Amino acid sequence: MKFRSFILVCLSLVTVTFTACTDDADVTTPAAGTLDVEVDHLVGNVPLVLNTGTYTTSSGQQFTVSTFNYYLSNIKLRKADGTEYVEPESYHLIRQSDAATKAFTLNNVPAGDYTALTFTIGVDSARNVSGAQTGALDPANGMFWTWNSGYIYTKLEGSSPQAGGNKQLLFHIGGFKKPNNTIRTVSPSLNGATIQIRQDRMPTVHLAVDVLKMFTGPNSIDFSTLSNTMGGSNSVKVADNQAAGMFRVDHVHAN
Amino acid sequence: MFRNLTVRLALAGLAGLLAGSCTTDADVAPDWEVPGAEVPANFPAPVYATSQNPPTREAFELGRTLFYDPRLSRTGDISCGSCHQQFVAFAHQDHRVSHGVDNLLGTRNAPALQNLRWRSEFLWDGGAKNLETMPLAPITNPVEMDETLQNVLRKLNADADYQQRFAQVYGRKPIDSQQLLKALAQFTAAFTSSHSRYDQYSRHEAGGELSAGELRGLQVLRQKCGSCHAGELFTDETYRNNGLDRSFAADSGRAHITGRPQDVGRFKVPSLRNVALTPPYMHDGRFQTLRQVLDHYASGMVESGTLDAQFRQAGTRPGISLSEDEKADLLAFLHTLTDTEFIQDKRLAEAR
Repeated sequence: MKFRSFILVCLSLVTVTFTACTDDADVTTPAAGTLDVEVDHLVGNVPLVLNTGTYTTSSGQQFTVSTFNYYLSNIKLRKADGTEYVEPESYHLIRQSDAATKAFTLNNVPAGDYTALTFTIGVDSARNVSGAQTGALDPANGMFWTWNSGYIYTKLEGSSPQAGGNKQLLFHIGGFKKPNNTIRTVSPSLNGATIQIRQDRMPTVHLAVDVLKMFTGPNSIDFSTLSNTMGGSNSVKVADNQAAGMFRVDHVHAN
Repeated sequence: MFRNLTVRLALAGLAGLLAGSCTTDADVAPDWEVPGAEVPANFPAPVYATSQNPPTREAFELGRTLFYDPRLSRTGDISCGSCHQQFVAFAHQDHRVSHGVDNLLGTRNAPALQNLRWRSEFLWDGGAKNLETMPLAPITNPVEMDETLQNVLRKLNADADYQQRFAQVYGRKPIDSQQLLKALAQFTAAFTSSHSRYDQYSRHEAGGELSAGELRGLQVLRQKCGSCHAGELFTDETYRNNGLDRSFAADSGRAHITGRPQDVGRFKVPSLRNVALTPPYMHDGRFQTLRQVLDHYASGMVESGTLDAQFRQAGTRPGISLSEDEKADLLAFLHTLTDTEFIQDKRLAEAR
């Protein structure tokens, strides 16, 4: 992924250089810029801390989190006139345990004012069955079901005294076939802000991702009856919660 | 990925041109071609086209080494080839169910591996959905190879020979899972079985004469078994309950993947190619002989909620009505599906 970005940068440099050398006034390279995306993981109002943080759901059940990973993919930006920027090879695996994954850059975004942001929580169905992948989609990342091939879109593991049996929480949300498709595409509001892409600016979108919202929303999750899901109808309940408001644009930095 | 492929194809093309223009030395030319790269005239279009992973000698041989390498298992003594033996069409001789690390037994019969290019789903329940990612299932299954992908890559990257061979094929280091899986697929995609006596008959080739009994058997098969064991591959690739048990508590089959109650007890309809070589039969290897299989269909089936409707017969127990003569003819025909060339192809054997 990084290598590819590097190549893109090189290519764009070459393009820029080339353009600079020509006298042809008709050739105009559309200006492009970058957009940084940063995600913050919260549980309600407090930052997520793996293992040691203790949290309480809206129904009063306590829990801790040992693993929190998810895919954020197929990112799109839309201008007010409807034109879209679609990030190529747009697959980002975000892991709470790896700070480097919580910020990434969209390169070569055409300059302009973007008023909407859309992305998928998960991995599109095509890539679930496309054979051996690399980068964020490398099955070695531990986000791929080997016995029922397909990606785990969100992996939350932890524990809760209210959970049955061994008190473990195991929420592996995935699946792309009806009726248990858990791919969710969301367009969290920019709250009136615009993302201004310019050649000389480095704007940042800050996303706030609330773990609690996996367990509340359209479906209230009770750990005493649901503490373990690996795809299937219970995963759909969690995915519907995620789509309903787990991702919020906290703010947009202009520069 | 597409871009990489294009680059690789372009490079391969260049290399081809260079080789063509610079040398005509017969010694330099490969002794043999990668098998299974062509579509037999009587086969449909493959699911896994050669363009998805263009066969090369180096990548194929790398996949071959990997397929027979027991280091892919946690204990270092189970390779893919341990449970998939060429002389029985890559099934596992004399094993009802798979036999993995630490002598652990699985719950299902290791199926024959053949004509995998034509498959869109793998395993008895269809859980694996691409030839390239399929090996992840047995590698990580705790009662089969019980290894992690990370460990496999660690072992491969610690091996100088693999390092060098992978770099030669893929032009980058370190060895990653995509290279591993693509290389394995180079080998497994080459398992084309298309030289049985039936194939010669079907393609009107020399040697393709079937006896009167075999021809009658073919007719019975097309008429009474052909709705599931359909076409030239002798499977419609669906999942069906063929009346083995009244309940499926031990193994729910397709329902394990879909979670749907209507899929309980359904298992993949296997191809009949090389079937005479691949006892025991059924997903749990319960039948030792083809005769027992035919007797099951004729008179041994039991009713259950998801039993395939095609077996239901008005006024009598479920099954397929088969006379003793028809069984004999079917047995004769099934033996014409044996492909000796395939099971003796040295290119598919463990390199010595």
